[in-house]
Amino acid sequence: MFGRLSVMLFKEFIQLRRDRWMMFRLIVPLFIQMVVFGYAATFTVHHVATAVLDLDQSQASRSLISHFVATSRFDIVDMARNQRQITRDIVHDRAVVAIVIHAGFSQDLESGRAAPLQVIVDGTNSNTALIALGYLSQITSQFSAEWAARAISLNVSAVRPETGIRLEPLPWFNEGLNERWFFIPGVIGTLTLLQVVSLTAFAVVREREVGTLEQIMVSPIRPFEFILGKTVPFFLIGFGDIALVTAFGLLWFRVPFVGDPLVMLGGSSLFLMAAVGMGLLLSTFSRTQQQAFALNFFLLNPFFILSGFAFPIAAMPRFLQWFTMINPLRYFLVVIRAVFLKGVGVDVLWPQLLALAALAGVMLTVSVLRFRKSLE
Amino acid sequence: MSASGGPAVLAEALTKKFGDFTAVDHLDLRIERGQVIGFLGPNGAGKSTTIRMLCGLLLPTSGRASVAGFDVGREPEAVREHIGYMSQKFSLYGDLTVRENLRFFGGIYRVRREDFAERMRFAISMAGLEGRQNALVHTLAGGWKQRLALGCAILHRPPVLFLDEPTSGVEPEARRQFWDLIHDLAAEHVTILVSTHYMDEAEYCNQVALIDRGTLIAMGTPSELRGHRLSGQLYELRCSPLGGALKALRGVTGVVEAAIFGDRLHVVLAENAPAGADIRRLLSEHGIQADLPRRIMPSLEDVFVQLVSRGAEHRVTA
Repeated sequence: MFGRLSVMLFKEFIQLRRDRWMMFRLIVPLFIQMVVFGYAATFTVHHVATAVLDLDQSQASRSLISHFVATSRFDIVDMARNQRQITRDIVHDRAVVAIVIHAGFSQDLESGRAAPLQVIVDGTNSNTALIALGYLSQITSQFSAEWAARAISLNVSAVRPETGIRLEPLPWFNEGLNERWFFIPGVIGTLTLLQVVSLTAFAVVREREVGTLEQIMVSPIRPFEFILGKTVPFFLIGFGDIALVTAFGLLWFRVPFVGDPLVMLGGSSLFLMAAVGMGLLLSTFSRTQQQAFALNFFLLNPFFILSGFAFPIAAMPRFLQWFTMINPLRYFLVVIRAVFLKGVGVDVLWPQLLALAALAGVMLTVSVLRFRKSLE
Repeated sequence: MSASGGPAVLAEALTKKFGDFTAVDHLDLRIERGQVIGFLGPNGAGKSTTIRMLCGLLLPTSGRASVAGFDVGREPEAVREHIGYMSQKFSLYGDLTVRENLRFFGGIYRVRREDFAERMRFAISMAGLEGRQNALVHTLAGGWKQRLALGCAILHRPPVLFLDEPTSGVEPEARRQFWDLIHDLAAEHVTILVSTHYMDEAEYCNQVALIDRGTLIAMGTPSELRGHRLSGQLYELRCSPLGGALKALRGVTGVVEAAIFGDRLHVVLAENAPAGADIRRLLSEHGIQADLPRRIMPSLEDVFVQLVSRGAEHRVTA
């Protein structure tokens, strides 16, 4: 068996080495995606185009506006003179947020009453709107705290001192809530899955299309020898991917790695076994490379969305949550993020590792069983 | 090695169904060792399916078969060690060199190291590829690819060789060379089963099996098939237009079969058929110009045409 397997592997690596386009496909998209995700994939909101209608024209209203300008979150693009102008700004996409300070704003503040502040938000992009509103309320509460403090120091008895609950957030593992730290480990898993599944599937289907698969199957080779020969190279390539992208994330984006590299190694092995199993399974359902491509495209998108890469699984409806259970990426993302940022080990991650092992076992077994049948 | 004695290939009531479609229907076949046997039949007759079952690529729906003394269903691995297979796709790796392809297939068949160098040299000289060992296979023309594919299929010296339409898409001269190779192999007691839809190639075979719609309709040496299978005498007739003549003759008492062969008509006449001059008169009544029919030796194609149409009639009346 060792003889035939080494013959298969030798052949596979000659073919890989000779395929210039393949080398390009292996390396370049990884870096492009890494850069794209590293720099562009962010939920942070900066420089929101903002229109302001100040009907109070007081020292207090001007002070509030300067608070907005002081952060880089909001750019004031229009000092409007009336409500119509505000509406037009929002409709014509000149502004995403409009702040209306009504007449009597400062009077209310001076006399210790709650001063209403009107905010209009373009809800088309609900995500941006939500985040901008968050910043807005942060800035206004900061403003009112300052106002209260000043009032106390001036001994204006009408103003009550701040009471109630004050939030003192202390994020663990990622104190700065740096999104890149969240995304980069996710990108490693996602890109690797994408690449390993499609490469494995295409490699098998190509042999089917050319007829070499049939030629090999009339030889005394055993199915598992062929399958190992066809998967081990992509398993190794997957490791290369993970190592490369991890190095890039650590050195270029300075993502911390506080965990045990051995846990990472083990988790990656199980994950890659599941990925080549998935590719192999996919190949047993495809006669041509075109079919494999279509199937690949059709499947990987849901696997990506339903992985917890960007959208929290807990917020998904129950039936989609069930689906995520067969998604190896879901488990690997937990493992890889935990290893990078939390530094926890097998004692915590064993359910994910076990799930990955089970998925790998099932997918490889089913594809080996289906393999002979798929020749017909 | 292979179990001695007994036929090289034996099939009993071999059947393959794909859903409702019966590709091979209770096929019985017995091929003695050292024979070159031609599988002849139109596209879709079930030639490839039969070969693929004998190689263990397809599981029969029912029936059984043995190759080189091993049962295809129960000992598939032993069967695979004793056969060579080559299909019309000449399934080689285009991105590997000639030598790399040979080394790969030699490795898959576990040809022993001490034998390999000599067998590779043999395969390369057989394919006429001396000096081009390091050429990538996709740069080779069809005839070379075909002979290299054959070389790869016999690296392990199989006693039985299956060739599924090995000459399709190859130029006539390369086809001729290929058949010389097949006869060289047969001289070394390799049993060769080769399917083709070129009728002229059947003449190169020791035995010909005619296959139509999944059944074996006749089997014998080419001269046996030509001599005994035709019910009546074969005549050749130059006439014009051909289509009209065909219509006019069919149904005439004593005309067993009429078919167009190139620019003339082949007609099989029974004892009670009209004489040549009467046929000519009959055609001219239909406005058809014709020479006197000339008696000729039947080719395999004549036999095949008659057997296939007879089979079709049986199926209609059955």
